[in-house]
Amino acid sequence: MADYKDVWVYVEHKEGAFTPMSYELFGIGQKLAADLGGNLCALVIAENTDELAKEAGYYGASKVYAVDGAPFKTFRPDAYAKAATTVMDKYKPDVVLYRATSQGADLSSACAATLETGIASDAIGLEIDAAKAVKVTRAAFGGSYLVGVVNTKAKPQLMTVRPKVFPMSERDTGKQAEVAKEAVAVAEGDLRTTILQFMKSEVTVNLVEADIIVSGGRGTGKPEGFNVLRELANTLGGALGASRAAVDSGWIPQEHQVGQTGKTVKPKIYIACGISGAIQHLAGMRTSDYIVAINKDSEAPIFKIASYGIVGDYNQVVPKLIDEFKKRLSR
Amino acid sequence: MKIVVCIKQVPDTEAEVKWDLQKGTLKREDMDAITNPFDEFALEEALLTKEKYDAEIVALSLGPQKATDVLRNALALAVDEVHHVSDEAFAGSDTLATSYALAKSIEKVGDVDLVLCGKQTTDGNTGVVASEIATRLGYSQLTFVGKIVEIDAANKKIKVERNIEGGTELVEAKLPAVVSVLKGINEPRLPNLMGIRKAAKVQIPVWDAAEIGAAKEKIGAEGAAVKVIELTTPPPRSGGEMLSGDVDEVSSLLVEKLLGLKVIK
Repeated sequence: MADYKDVWVYVEHKEGAFTPMSYELFGIGQKLAADLGGNLCALVIAENTDELAKEAGYYGASKVYAVDGAPFKTFRPDAYAKAATTVMDKYKPDVVLYRATSQGADLSSACAATLETGIASDAIGLEIDAAKAVKVTRAAFGGSYLVGVVNTKAKPQLMTVRPKVFPMSERDTGKQAEVAKEAVAVAEGDLRTTILQFMKSEVTVNLVEADIIVSGGRGTGKPEGFNVLRELANTLGGALGASRAAVDSGWIPQEHQVGQTGKTVKPKIYIACGISGAIQHLAGMRTSDYIVAINKDSEAPIFKIASYGIVGDYNQVVPKLIDEFKKRLSR
Repeated sequence: MKIVVCIKQVPDTEAEVKWDLQKGTLKREDMDAITNPFDEFALEEALLTKEKYDAEIVALSLGPQKATDVLRNALALAVDEVHHVSDEAFAGSDTLATSYALAKSIEKVGDVDLVLCGKQTTDGNTGVVASEIATRLGYSQLTFVGKIVEIDAANKKIKVERNIEGGTELVEAKLPAVVSVLKGINEPRLPNLMGIRKAAKVQIPVWDAAEIGAAKEKIGAEGAAVKVIELTTPPPRSGGEMLSGDVDEVSSLLVEKLLGLKVIK
């Protein structure tokens, strides 16, 4: 397996549109490549890869493997996996990183099964061990345990990485990557999926990428309880979350749910209102940088992991917070 | 139409976790167990699909002896057939080995149109097995599904809504397909007493590695690529501070502290 080299990062995009987050793994990718003595490379698959490839160079890739073509306009697992595995088969990367998003999960798992290699999902820690393998740290059992896993059996080593865990690399428009255009033929008739339509969410619930989340639980008591939380979230430019208890009570749609059967989030600030802190909820938010807990019950377990705790009624505290923030932020 | 639903028994999240550190595996037999919460939605979706389109449902569960409990529960809900995929040789599987064993089992069921899985399990939390099964079998890979809009079994087509970042994607795919479902796609029903009584009497058939034609080097610890080498508990969060005072005081104190973090712009 000695001929496997370099660290690749898959560049996620939506029909060619990208954000800085598309390149968020270039920071950790650079570090792993340096520790392994290899290069940081990017894998870009799109209808037209030019802009995406140029940007990859800015963020520090020395080489970009680019697959262009009409079948790659919109992400589809079958088309993209064909392209990715063809190029991976040819150039044999040692490590391939994907974001732990719907696209990253879909593509990495299809690549793993095609290439008969292992995959480690939702990494929150990545380091090179003595045997030059990537040791991946992941949360297990609602985050009450951390497990370290390695793939020493098959290459490439594939892993998806939890968004926002690792610092980004600097964007430097003076840098340029060598671009290798790879032709991969995909016949539309061989593909199994057709995207008919994309309906943008009316309420923008991008919990996973939010820096600030205001979340409500059983203690909000009713659907209207979320109005004031939504206002606080809007004031802070954050997103609105909820516990399972609130979702199961029908007070707020499931897409807002944080926790074991909802989303796993890692904002810089997580404000939990009327959330007691069941293990299933903590599973989804315990790695937030700062946790604020507002709860009437001073014994609520959420206070044990809170950076700041207020024993009180969110109905009284949150409106005050909104006023104070508006005043201080001149909004 | 023939539907396979994959169900896994997982340790109860509230239960004490027991590990075999030597092998890097769970001591599943020693822990309280439940049906993986996401799989309940997959099972209910199979039942709803059967009611709407007429279908035969085969439930599969890969796991140790104790995992028959989850299949008995499926039987109580009027699933047509169950198979317990179980063999000592499966112990120590990672997702690569698990998806192989399940794909071989689905092939053995034969003539399958639709495979339903939960989005992920609450123990491994990997969320990749459904996709790996799809890839191995050459079926359509449909993940994060919040709604099955339509199935046209005669023309081998399925239309689903996928709830992904930023919105909902309407996708049409060829059958057979593997569909992994999200929480909220339905309201799982509970079995009734008669169903439970009937299911209790059924002898659950076991498929071992030989029965599904699995190659020895591709299953269990031997077939696994990813291995657990370390187990730790996360460092406790420290520096927690309780703010006290009246509502005005605690509110302005909290605002002060949060603005000091330089996160809010």
